[in-house]
Amino acid sequence: MYKFNYQRPNSVEDALALYKTSDDPKFVAGGMTLLPTMKLRLAQPSDLIDLSCVADLSGITETDDTITIGAGVLHADVAASKEVDRRIPALSNLAESIGDPQVRNRGTIGGSIANNDPAADYPAGVLGLNATVVTDRREIMADDFFTDMFETALLPDEVVVSVRFPVPKRAAYVKFPNPASRYAIVGVMVAECDSGIRVAVTGAGPCVYRFTEMEEALNKEFSPQVTGEIACEPDGLNEDIHASAEYRAHLVGVMVRRAVAAAN
Amino acid sequence: MRMKVQLSVNGRNIEGEFEPRTLLVDLLRDELRLTGTHVGCDTSQCGACVVHVNGRSVKSCTILVAQTQGSQVQTIEGLADGEKLHPLQAAFKEEHGLQCGFCTPGMIMSSVDLLNRNPDPSEKEIRDWLEGNLCRCTGYHNIVKAVQTAAKNMRN
Ligand SMILES: Cc1cc2nc3c(=O)[nH]c(=O)nc-3n(C[C@H](O)[C@H](O)[C@H](O)COP(=O)(O)OP(=O)(O)OC[C@H]3O[C@@H](n4cnc5c(N)ncnc54)[C@H](O)[C@@H]3O)c2cc1C
Ligand code: FES
Ligand code: FES
Repeated sequence: MYKFNYQRPNSVEDALALYKTSDDPKFVAGGMTLLPTMKLRLAQPSDLIDLSCVADLSGITETDDTITIGAGVLHADVAASKEVDRRIPALSNLAESIGDPQVRNRGTIGGSIANNDPAADYPAGVLGLNATVVTDRREIMADDFFTDMFETALLPDEVVVSVRFPVPKRAAYVKFPNPASRYAIVGVMVAECDSGIRVAVTGAGPCVYRFTEMEEALNKEFSPQVTGEIACEPDGLNEDIHASAEYRAHLVGVMVRRAVAAAN
Repeated sequence: MRMKVQLSVNGRNIEGEFEPRTLLVDLLRDELRLTGTHVGCDTSQCGACVVHVNGRSVKSCTILVAQTQGSQVQTIEGLADGEKLHPLQAAFKEEHGLQCGFCTPGMIMSSVDLLNRNPDPSEKEIRDWLEGNLCRCTGYHNIVKAVQTAAKNMRN
């Protein structure tokens, strides 16, 4: 790793103030993406501003129709949360499926969505469940948050404070994991929300996306049979040593069908 | 910039000034000479470096010493009670849960965390839990058996 300065503020205000006075700072949460990148010298921030002691980013709260997860909540704590499991079991399952126990003991939901890895799980959860990302200065709907590969609507100095999930009528997350890393080769969140069915796909394309033709079909009839009638085209899908675009397209159909069956 | 950090490692108080880029595993291996914690990769994937920080298993190659300020760290060296092996150490020996032994400290520290949370895990739960611990020798079979044996012995 290159040299850097390290700061651990206790409030969002202090974090933002430190950001302003540093040369080329970066926030760090669990460090499970940022530290490996820095170890490989692919990132070289002048200052790391550690958000793990910022109290406003912690905790899980619920209301009658929402669950709000602090940006700093660990994957392991989302997976173990009784509230999340009771209200949105699809989200507990998603958190439980991330990486391995040691990654889940450090990685956070805020870090995952700010990073927006094309194969990460939470982006599908946030987009599929129609969640709202709450930052230090505004609220961003999931539909506007994930803009491109490793790109989000966040400004460089913007801190994710929490993610608010409306409780769906039903939902399921199913993924075909890369057997080595557990990142999604294809992962699909299917949810029935107030606005209708939402289908969010991660791993398949350069950025998480909604599969709108499938949503329309499922809005008419919510059954696994219907999913087979909608074609998944390989155009524009990812292609790498793990899977061709054609294979990913096929997996999208299979994962949607399984998710619908699991949610039904 | 160096920064003051205080933590406890296997019950021993450690205070020092560290460069912020010092990884926990570097403190353990290079400064404290606790070389039971291994480094098997530079991509945070192999689990040879697993230790406990405040009772949770983490990869010591992917956490800064600075991030452990005020924490209790336990390594493989802190597991045995004098000459008496921890039940998981004893079971890995008994069941031939190792060959070269490179992965073993991480396997054991990870398994201790599992058995603390779930004293009676199924075979599938053990295999799922050890997802982040790679072994190039054993084929995992005897590792799973060792965890099952240790779990049984710890329950009795
Ligand atoms: C071996 C391994 C396997 C993995 N497998 C999976 C997997 O199967 N599925 C999966 O989804 N992920 C996987 N991950 C990634 C893991 O989930 C990370 O925890 C996650 O991507 C990043 O979270 P973090 O808290 O560690 O963020 P960090 O690494 O600390 O930060 C990541 C980025 O987010 C920014 N950031 C962090 N918090 C905030 C905030 N509150 N506001 C604004 N910006 C912020 C940082 O500046 C940085 O740019 C894996 C990682 C490893 C090492
Ligand atoms: S050394 Fe491989 S995960 Fe830490
Ligand atoms: S015993 Fe050799 S790597 Fe596991």
